[in-house]
Amino acid sequence: MSRVFDLVVVGGGIHGCTAALFAARGGLSVALVERGALCREASGVNAGTLTMQMTRVALIPYALRAHAMWADAPNWLGHDVGVVVCDGLSLAFTEHEEALLTERAGKRRAAGAPIELITAQQAQRVEPGLGPGVRLAGYCKVDGFANAYLTGLAFRNALLEAGVTLMERTEATGIDPEGLGYRVGTAGAAVRGRRLLIAGGVWIEPMLGWLGVHLPIKVLVNQLAVTERQRPVMRTVLGIASGLLSLKQYPHGTTVIGGGWQGEGDRERGGVALLPDRLIGNVRLACHAIPALAEARIARAWAGLEAETADALPAVGPIPGHPDAYVCGSVHSGYTSGLYIARLLADRILDREPALPLFPIDRLLAQPETT
Amino acid sequence: MNLGAGRADIERADVIVIGAGPAGAEAAITAAEGGLRVLVLDEQGAAGGQVWRAPVGGFPGKGDAEAAAGAALRERLSASSARALFAHRVWSVVRETPVDGGGAPGFRVDAVGPEGNLSLRAPHLVVATGAHERVVPFPGWTLPGVIGLAAATILLKSHGLAPGRRVVMAGCGPLLVAVAAGLVGAGVEVLAVADLARRRDWLARLPAVLGRPALAVRGAAWSVRATLSGARLLPAHGVRRAEGRDGVERVVLGPVDASGAARAGAETVFEADALVVGHGLTTACEVTRMLRADHRFSRLQGGWMPQVDEHFETTIPGLFAIGDGAGVRGQQIASLAGRRVGLALGARAVSVRAPRSATADFQAVDRQLARARPFSDAMAGLMAQRAGQVAAIGADTVVCRCEDVTRAEIDAAIDQSAGSIDQLKHLTRCGMGPCQGRYCGDTVQELMAVRLRQPREAVGQWTGRPPLRPVSLGELVGSFSYDDIPIPKPAPL
Repeated sequence: MSRVFDLVVVGGGIHGCTAALFAARGGLSVALVERGALCREASGVNAGTLTMQMTRVALIPYALRAHAMWADAPNWLGHDVGVVVCDGLSLAFTEHEEALLTERAGKRRAAGAPIELITAQQAQRVEPGLGPGVRLAGYCKVDGFANAYLTGLAFRNALLEAGVTLMERTEATGIDPEGLGYRVGTAGAAVRGRRLLIAGGVWIEPMLGWLGVHLPIKVLVNQLAVTERQRPVMRTVLGIASGLLSLKQYPHGTTVIGGGWQGEGDRERGGVALLPDRLIGNVRLACHAIPALAEARIARAWAGLEAETADALPAVGPIPGHPDAYVCGSVHSGYTSGLYIARLLADRILDREPALPLFPIDRLLAQPETT
Repeated sequence: MNLGAGRADIERADVIVIGAGPAGAEAAITAAEGGLRVLVLDEQGAAGGQVWRAPVGGFPGKGDAEAAAGAALRERLSASSARALFAHRVWSVVRETPVDGGGAPGFRVDAVGPEGNLSLRAPHLVVATGAHERVVPFPGWTLPGVIGLAAATILLKSHGLAPGRRVVMAGCGPLLVAVAAGLVGAGVEVLAVADLARRRDWLARLPAVLGRPALAVRGAAWSVRATLSGARLLPAHGVRRAEGRDGVERVVLGPVDASGAARAGAETVFEADALVVGHGLTTACEVTRMLRADHRFSRLQGGWMPQVDEHFETTIPGLFAIGDGAGVRGQQIASLAGRRVGLALGARAVSVRAPRSATADFQAVDRQLARARPFSDAMAGLMAQRAGQVAAIGADTVVCRCEDVTRAEIDAAIDQSAGSIDQLKHLTRCGMGPCQGRYCGDTVQELMAVRLRQPREAVGQWTGRPPLRPVSLGELVGSFSYDDIPIPKPAPL
């Protein structure tokens, strides 16, 4: 009989890694099973934005705490993920966007995000790189970005130091209840745990299916692009009221352009193709906001998969009907908030009371049609 | 996918050809003769590719055989019904599969040209994108004054410019002496020509070369011309290093073994202001890679290339790959493959009506292809990547010049955790710069394969991503009004 871990985590993205890290630090023996390398799907290819102005209102309290964790990563994670804390602006270029921004900033502010509405002139002082046409801006000092592709390396070192048994390049092929725990099948030996955490990003739907639980997960295919290195052209994290733009320039000079414009792809094939009309649309928004970007060239564009539940709120909590089994995923703006939410779940797994409520999936399993 | 359906500004054709070198132009001409509507795109200002590059800016060009062949191709292309779009840089190719069952599946190609972005659509796509120079790093390779063999050829053929006054040349393959002779003809002092190949490597290929007597004579004439000018021909020699403060001042050459690794022996120092290096060519297969066609690896033919059938069709229906981008085999095979694809497309258009005549045409071209292969294989073998040369790259030598990544950093990342070539990129930034991995890709994959004791097939190649070429945001967005941006509906609050 092989070793039985206190906790087996399936999925090595930011949720799985964070939960595994805090569970291990809480005294559990932890194995983490990951099909590829750590944080190489959504957690490594997203735009790295750590903003309140694209976060859902219900998640603002979590995102604020997560932002503090990101900013403090060298201390608790022990490794650099290139976090830059800076000002954030959400722009309105039309009357409609002005109304949208006023409504959204107000609700986010009510939820605790320190967003204030400022005039075009004030916005220009915050971000001298802005182009003309701004009517109103949401200004938030709690903003910033990480270097998403460094996430996996940072977590890998931290997890190894915490004594987590890392099983990268190991694909889970099935999950079965076994005795008082769970058996995770792989191409090699099965991995056994007294507790189970499913944290497989867009793949939590088929993974939960192995346990007979049907949780529909919509797969978003977010297009992203990065420029070559360029002179400094901006100093903030920029978005627009509708949330369809995210823009920031990294210290080494490249600018990442995102905003959730959809490419072609699915759970089975990954991000297959970037649709040129949508890439051009996204880039036009970017150049409209920061005209100096037009001087640069796009070096690379890609697509990352993001999971979304029916109500676009997280699926984080116990798996109904399966004792000591948990799920963590589909955290809208999951890169920003994921750290903190997964840490809350680790508290629950460690039998501690989480400081803020989780997002149990029962609501999503019962009658998804009745809204 | 429904991609801009109904857009009036998307131009349609039966065939789109990317690249108007010998392969692509020939395919376009032949397909047009077969009655097809053909669009051919090239980032250069005229057809001819690298081998038959057209002179620019009033420079008269050289009246040699290659110049004449290029001029003839350009004339035939402009006389054909194929529509050529020059100075257009293709940055996106996507496969379109109709969702509603209407219309044929095909390809959408986007290119940035003088009038901004242009979108094209066709059920057939021929990729004839040629080759890149292989860079095998050595100390000093990023100094100003170090220039690729193909780049030196472009300067010479298109602009009549020399890379320096006192030039050392190093590398392998038949182009080396050809360019040396060209430089000598242009009045440049060529100090030395270091060839990785030994004399007996060339002799071993003599039978294949003698199958093409005209080329054999031309090759011999190049050597004679270079030697008569005073250049030292150094077989079984390679570059040890290039030195200088702000540019090349000295080039140090030394003897190498058959694998390209340095071997004991006297180094030779030349006071030169330019070093022309050419270590063969690698396939430019970005389009087929991005479309996820199946690829195979051939060390002898320039690395990774799409798998093709006898019609040069890849594993993606309607997608064809010809020329050096589908395996480095040189101009003659490229031209024949272009004709073969053009015939296949023409036959497909008339479908079952005339299968017999098409078969006879196919057989005629196939026989010519078979005759051309021995010479092509012999030359390609001389230009293949040499394991010892890559192994000899020093720990401090920069491999990825866009992101300043050294051999030592790459080795450390492989040892630490990079289990895949894509992961290596993320750990080191190697290949993330504006060259998109064209300079370093072949070297990095080889370093990884050797260090992990895996075949190149297991290491694979970087995932293909758009843009196919770096494209300026300004060119891409063109002039637009904010209201016309098709902004999707807002994310939920």
